[in-house]
Amino acid sequence: MFTKYIFILLTVLALYSGIMVLVSRKPIHSVLFLTLTFFAIAGHYVLLNAQFLAVVHVIVYAGAIMVLFLFTVMLLNLNKDEHSPKSRWAKLLAVIAGCMLMLTLIGIFRNYDLAVAYDPMMTQIGLVKNLGKILYENYLLPFELSSILFLTAMVGAVLLGKKEQL
Amino acid sequence: MSTLSSVPIDYYLVFCSLLFCLGVIGVLIKRNALVILMSVELMINSINLLLAAFSAYTNDPAGQIFVFFIMVVAAAEVAIGLAIIVLIYRTTGSIDINVLNKLKW
Amino acid sequence: MKMELIVALIPLMPLLGFLVLGAGFRTIPRKITAWVGPGVILASLILALVLFFSNGKNTGPTEYHFFTWISAGELRIPLGFLIDPLSLLMIFVVTGVGFIIHVYSVGYMKDDPGFNRFFAFMNLFVFSMLLLVMGNNYPVMFIGWEGVGLCSYLLIGFWFRNQEYNNAAKKAFIMNRIGDLGFLLGMFLLFTTFHTLDYHGVFSQARSLQPGDSTLLAITLLLFVGAVGKSAQIPLYTWLPDAMAGPTPVSALIHAATMVTAGVYMVARSNILYILSPVTMTIIAVVALATILLAASIAVFQKDIKKILAYSTISQLGYMFLALSVGAFSGAMFHLTTHAFFKALLFLGAGSVIHALGGEQDIRKMGGLRKALPVTWLTFLTGTVAISGIPPLSGFFSKDEILMKTFGSSSLLWLFAWLGALLTAFYMFRMFYLVFGNQFRGTTRPGHPLHESPLTMTLPLIVLAFLSFAGGALNMPGLFGGNQLLEHFLAPVFSRSSPALQGELPISHATEWLLTGITLAGVLLMIFWAWRRYVVKGKGLLTDETRRPFWVRIVAEKYRIDELYDFLLVKPSLWLSRFLHDVVELRIIDRMVNGIGQAAIRTGNLLRYIQTGNVGFYLFVMVLGVILIMFFNILI
Repeated sequence: MFTKYIFILLTVLALYSGIMVLVSRKPIHSVLFLTLTFFAIAGHYVLLNAQFLAVVHVIVYAGAIMVLFLFTVMLLNLNKDEHSPKSRWAKLLAVIAGCMLMLTLIGIFRNYDLAVAYDPMMTQIGLVKNLGKILYENYLLPFELSSILFLTAMVGAVLLGKKEQL
Repeated sequence: MSTLSSVPIDYYLVFCSLLFCLGVIGVLIKRNALVILMSVELMINSINLLLAAFSAYTNDPAGQIFVFFIMVVAAAEVAIGLAIIVLIYRTTGSIDINVLNKLKW
Repeated sequence: MKMELIVALIPLMPLLGFLVLGAGFRTIPRKITAWVGPGVILASLILALVLFFSNGKNTGPTEYHFFTWISAGELRIPLGFLIDPLSLLMIFVVTGVGFIIHVYSVGYMKDDPGFNRFFAFMNLFVFSMLLLVMGNNYPVMFIGWEGVGLCSYLLIGFWFRNQEYNNAAKKAFIMNRIGDLGFLLGMFLLFTTFHTLDYHGVFSQARSLQPGDSTLLAITLLLFVGAVGKSAQIPLYTWLPDAMAGPTPVSALIHAATMVTAGVYMVARSNILYILSPVTMTIIAVVALATILLAASIAVFQKDIKKILAYSTISQLGYMFLALSVGAFSGAMFHLTTHAFFKALLFLGAGSVIHALGGEQDIRKMGGLRKALPVTWLTFLTGTVAISGIPPLSGFFSKDEILMKTFGSSSLLWLFAWLGALLTAFYMFRMFYLVFGNQFRGTTRPGHPLHESPLTMTLPLIVLAFLSFAGGALNMPGLFGGNQLLEHFLAPVFSRSSPALQGELPISHATEWLLTGITLAGVLLMIFWAWRRYVVKGKGLLTDETRRPFWVRIVAEKYRIDELYDFLLVKPSLWLSRFLHDVVELRIIDRMVNGIGQAAIRTGNLLRYIQTGNVGFYLFVMVLGVILIMFFNILI
């Protein structure tokens, strides 16, 4: 029962923040609202007992990615207002497109019977220990390869950001 | 006490779809390249949540491992994306996508 | 040495000569070529002699398989050689006469810049000819067949800077090709009927067929078409006079002694098929007779020494085919051999005359060369006497045998053949008297007095003269007390067709003597007439030709056959090709192909407007696409 209310609360929070991301006029507001969304989602992770993911989510998204966004907005002074907004028609079309997507997705889900047999006890796989064991036993190769991915991203970012030598 | 018993999976499905569509709308509406990137992040997150939810409900750790890797990729992608945006701003002075249409025919 | 090695080396030696001379034709010094060129042919000749003497009395056919060339389903064609009396005879003719001509060419082509190239081609020719006669199945023969056609083209157009010669070479090759089509079709039909293409298989199966079998009729007719092309019978003969554009040794070797006899060989080899098709034999007889008379009549009025000899060759080939058509296969081969001797002699002698006169070939400008070119005169006389059929030279025996056998088949045929013999004597002696008799009517080049040819040229003439003289000993008929060596030698090849021989009347000795006497009398009369006309009365000078009577003009212009072919065949072909080029190629096909390119360009021009550069638009379209995909997934 209790969890149900928390679930609803977090859902509303996340949706509200999401809508505010879109609706805000200044980009900095969008950034801050997005951060709020991330926290709400982290809460959802905790609800699902995916503890490791929740923590990683907060550290990576709220702690690193959003900080990056904030830095970019502030350092480059990109906080200008949205200029004359896009034509109304374009916006309307976009909203309609999104809603169509929503409807399609709902339509898809209605086709499938999602009655999964689940253990009513809380699942334990989200714990750090369990997740870690599975990660290092079965999925070691992707784990190592992701380090190369990071290396590439780092090198790319540094290279792209360098000022041209005149 | 368990979420699994009180919240059916369908709720997660609908919620995540909503978030995803919000992200899509954001991508289509906004003119600021940064905000578009943020909307993409929103979409990714919705997917992450859905994956984790299914993983919890079916007691299969593969879902959460996948979320882990998606986060890895998302982080790398944001780094590069922001670097590109900074570069574009430096060279053209604007990050309004209506202005950045040099790839025209 | 092992038999197989010897047999393999016989054609391989000339091939080796070709490869060596061909690869090094710019670098090998002439002295070496003068030894290599004829040398490899001599080697083949010696090997053939070894083969002959080691076989001894065993003249049974021996087949040598070297490797399987084609193996596809039912079709198995090995590269194999067949050594039997017929092929041995041909090998001797080819290598023997070939060697003599090669030696002659050393002297004749001495100053030619293409000396090495010449011998390379000649060696290639001998190789192809040997393949042709040694093969044990039709495809190997066909390889040689095509090869000699190719070499004929290469050698006719040897002096390629002259466009006229190139045209002559093309004409020869194309007419050959028409014949080859018949040969190929005949081979296809052979395969579908007998499921094999080697001689042994075909002939053993053919023996069980009935005479007059319609499939055999078609096969033999088609093969004969091939022979018509190669051996210059009507209607595919016009290439041979034009082929005189090549150097004289080429004319001697290819267009007198060997290549043109390939058709005769082929029919002789396939004797069982022809014996069983009397209709084809009749057709061959008619064609052969027409050829004899047509060519002989044209030769009477020709003024180029080589062209006279060319028409003479066509005519004599007609005799060979006539012999084949009445079933006298060994008679045809005998005449083939003696003809090789005296025709090569005549051509080489003509070459000697041309060489002495610095390239002059018009007999109206010759005459009185007896004192200046004594050896040439004597050998040329031998050849002329031989071809006219005067005893005891070889030509008499071979031609007489043909006439005899023809009479045994039909006296009407004999009559026309006899007329042909008279014409032969007439035009040959006309040529002889105009070239060597009376006074010299031409002009000598300053500083080049008329002189006899060098030894490399006269020695072959002498050898060939001897062979023409004594060649009759090969097959002296019983009439004169001989024992027909050649006929017995070749008997194993032709024996099995004799029981199927039809319509052969045995001729009594008295008839034989009578026929011989009639022929001889007619020939001597002709010689006397020619002597009177051209020596005593001195006719045949450069007369005003437009005042000749009508019928003389037609014959002198070769019955306008060339013009007829040009009108019927050449001009329509050229018109068709021009039409296809201008209309079909340029207007239709080019437009289609270019049109496709244009369509691509235009479509690209239209499609590029999609690239608006507007990222928002791109994203919108992407989302739209995803929605559509998912939507359709639900539907389906």
